Amino acid sequence: MSQPIRLKDHEKDARLVRNRVVVGAVAIMLLICVLIARLYYLQIIQYDYHSTLSENNRVHVQPIPPTRGLIFDRNGVIIADNRPSFSLSMTRERAGNWQEVLDNIVEVLELTDDDRALFEKRMRQGRRPFEPVPILFELSEEQIARVAVNQFRLPGVEVVAQLVRHYPQGAHFAHSVGYVGRINEKELKTLDPVNYSGTHHIGKTGIERFYEDALHGQVGYEEVETNARGRVLRVLKRTDPKPGKDIVLSLDIKLQEAAEAALGGRRGAVVALDPRTGEVLAMVSQPSFDPNLFVTGISFKAYAELRDSIDRPLFNRVLRGLYPPGSTIKPAVAIAGLDSGVVNAGSRVFDPGYYQLPNYDHKYRNWNRSGDGWVDLDTAIMRSNDTYFYDLAHKMGIDRLSSYMNKFGIGQRVSLDMFEESAGLMPSREWKRATRRQAWFPGETLILGIGQGYMQATPLQLAQATALIANKGVWNRPHLAKTIEGQPPVDENPMENIILRDKSDWAKVTHGMEQVMHNARGTARKAAAGAQYRIAGKSGTAQVVAIKQGEKYDRNKLQERHRDHALFVAFAPADDPKIVVSVMVENGESGSGVAAPVVRQIMDAWLLDEHGRLKSEFAPATVTQESAL
Amino acid sequence: MNNFDRMLSSEDVMRRRASFLQRIHIDGPLLVILLTLAAGSLFVLYSASGKNWDLLLKQATSFGIGLVSMFVIAQLEPRFMARWVPLAYVTGVLLLVVVDVMGHNAMGATRWINIPGVIRFQPSEFLKIIMPATIAWYLSKRTLPPHLKHVAISLVLIGVPFILIVRQPDLGTALLILASGAFVLFMGGLRWRWIVSVVAAAVPVAVAMWFFVMHDYQKQRVLTFLDPESDPLGTGWNIIQSKAAIGSGGVFGKGWLLGTQSHLDFLPESHTDFIIAVLGEEFGLVGICLLLIVYLLLIGRGLMITAQAQTLFGKLLAGSLTMTFFVYVFVNIGMVSGLLPVVGVPLPFISYGGTSLVTLLSAFGVLMSIHTHRKWIAQV
Repeated sequence: MSQPIRLKDHEKDARLVRNRVVVGAVAIMLLICVLIARLYYLQIIQYDYHSTLSENNRVHVQPIPPTRGLIFDRNGVIIADNRPSFSLSMTRERAGNWQEVLDNIVEVLELTDDDRALFEKRMRQGRRPFEPVPILFELSEEQIARVAVNQFRLPGVEVVAQLVRHYPQGAHFAHSVGYVGRINEKELKTLDPVNYSGTHHIGKTGIERFYEDALHGQVGYEEVETNARGRVLRVLKRTDPKPGKDIVLSLDIKLQEAAEAALGGRRGAVVALDPRTGEVLAMVSQPSFDPNLFVTGISFKAYAELRDSIDRPLFNRVLRGLYPPGSTIKPAVAIAGLDSGVVNAGSRVFDPGYYQLPNYDHKYRNWNRSGDGWVDLDTAIMRSNDTYFYDLAHKMGIDRLSSYMNKFGIGQRVSLDMFEESAGLMPSREWKRATRRQAWFPGETLILGIGQGYMQATPLQLAQATALIANKGVWNRPHLAKTIEGQPPVDENPMENIILRDKSDWAKVTHGMEQVMHNARGTARKAAAGAQYRIAGKSGTAQVVAIKQGEKYDRNKLQERHRDHALFVAFAPADDPKIVVSVMVENGESGSGVAAPVVRQIMDAWLLDEHGRLKSEFAPATVTQESAL
Repeated sequence: MNNFDRMLSSEDVMRRRASFLQRIHIDGPLLVILLTLAAGSLFVLYSASGKNWDLLLKQATSFGIGLVSMFVIAQLEPRFMARWVPLAYVTGVLLLVVVDVMGHNAMGATRWINIPGVIRFQPSEFLKIIMPATIAWYLSKRTLPPHLKHVAISLVLIGVPFILIVRQPDLGTALLILASGAFVLFMGGLRWRWIVSVVAAAVPVAVAMWFFVMHDYQKQRVLTFLDPESDPLGTGWNIIQSKAAIGSGGVFGKGWLLGTQSHLDFLPESHTDFIIAVLGEEFGLVGICLLLIVYLLLIGRGLMITAQAQTLFGKLLAGSLTMTFFVYVFVNIGMVSGLLPVVGVPLPFISYGGTSLVTLLSAFGVLMSIHTHRKWIAQV
């Protein structure tokens, strides 16, 4: 390299570089403008959008679930309350590999594969992103400690305290109050997503289901500032939830227990109600189950046991058990006969032990094969004479009979606030044409007269039909809730009262029913022996298997579960009824022998004080006025 | 200091105005701007780190170390640097090879040399200065604009460390080092038609890189850049949140320490690569523009130094360092605001991180050296 050339080059190079510096400077200015344009776009043009995005990041609205309303019995004894309970919840988005975390939970808490399957099912029901899903409830102290120690292996898992439904009375009210359970996917679709945003449980059956809206309350909100990991840093705004309404039931826990004791472990159903108001005082369906099992999720095994038990503990016999009412329907049929004029108090029928339709060979048997001779209405009810009622039904015809029975609630939903009550069945010509495509046969009317045939009723319907006689046709739909937050339930769809042409017909039938209990020939005279008050009652048997023509019911030939169900309905005191009881004892065979003593025991428990005397509030103060009827 | 002064005194006669700063080879304007940036950095960092005093102290310490490094480098004459550059280059490449063979593993990428208890550093950081210096040294001995042969040799010199760094893998740094070398060629008057043809060739090369060179996480970054909403909770999270942070700042910002995106941890890496989003959120468009002005002053001063440099080596090196500095700024703000894909480039002087600070200040030490060691006689 020679020096002169380099010097010359030097100046040229300097110019060259200087040019490039200018080019570079221009490029830099252009690119800076690009950056500023971009920032202008983000910060000025898109300001609102990003502002909202950032606010939504920061501010989260957390629902505060309302406290579920409490349920009391009529004396204020608590039936359903809320207990703090610790549950394990998991946030899928924070758990990373949540399947693996589930494995860890099972390992840490020493649970089984069944539990894991349940957890997985619950996780899959998870709702919104970043919402913790409760997977295990009722953690013990030890379990909480184990989770705490192993927290590092359980990302996204936390122990949460929440209020959980608890039924301190256990199985007593499982069939009336029902229970709450976790909201399932089907329910999720129909629920108000806002109001239920913080709620995990919902009423599944009974009062819990029927009054779900009132019991649930209104959700509250908390606007909280959270960081990116979902940790709440401070509360910005809070709207308190409105707790659910408390419900006081008309049920009486002592009477409930007495009724259960009276059934004495037999399968069966009891309804006791106050005919003047329709308040249900006791409602028993045995066997029962512990509703607490369902609140936090019953295990597959325990559920299968309940479901598959031959005794059907989950089956609500009071509301869904359908039985041919048998002779218990006779008082109502008698009212129908009197009011329609086919019989009167004096008209008599001769009973040779059977009834025959003209031109038919078929003999419709009286239960007493030897016959009761000449029978009038009073005797017919007292002796539960089938022949009399065959004759009455035949004279009335199906149309009138069906219409009267409907007025008594047979084939109708009678309750005001009971979930999934069965309507039963009161057959009619139209019904038979529609369902069987057959004409109505006269013989079918006959057996309806003694509560057999197609007719089916629930123990509740029998109680209500009896209450109507006790209450002289005034309808009060049976209801379990006495007050909801102090307000009595309102009947939106009241039944029409039964108005007879001759009001004294009520007393005539009631008299017949009193004879059942108190007459020396009454079918249930043993059950009423020594009673401090007059009872009006009627027994019945519901066939489980049909008996062939000419064959006799022989209990020894029948398996125990094929024996007849024993039924009994009654009210007392007969002249001023304060309580109506309907009892069904499964396979109990004899209404008057088995079911009637149960009724008596329940009535005693309600009407008598501890000294065995009629309670003062039930003492016949108004008797004189009433008996004038 | 006195000894130092005496040592320099022989040169004094050659200086027209020899202020104290010039005597210690410090450029006043650059120093003022750098100290301004340092103060600004600590100010923003205090908020971005969630009032973490330890972190501030570390950053301040790094500044101190960086300033010392800058000061020491500023004392070196450019001629002296040019003499040692080839050796430094070879050393750097060897270190990269060492890293490649047995590097210490950090964050899934092998970038560090680690002699426990002694030193732990990234050779690639070292090359950020050595790379342009090497090309400047090489080209300054040739005639300009460079001939094809010299361009080719330059490209080989750039390519070797580039490939080694890509293999670490650290595409971001590799590209920046590539850029710093390329800027020397640009400053050296690389013919425009070559520049155009290289840009035209870049497209097929990029396609080839996509299929043969890039790692999955790098591809993911590019895909996320193209459509951040496609994975809002995963890889798109960073860019969505940083845009939300900047955008929600508006004109004047939410106020110091009041940025919710960063303080509630929605903004990832808020005190390192994404710190500009904190600035944008808390001080708005005004805040970012102020920072850009300071950067422009710094770059302007750098370009002035380039223009006034007496030696070709100095010109080329100063020009490249200044342009590369701008690339840092542009790439960082561009990526945080969603203009460019997310590559791990810190915002110069503002982001937390000692290594980057020391390297940057050293680079400005080089600029100061170039500017303060001018011989005034030659300027006539």
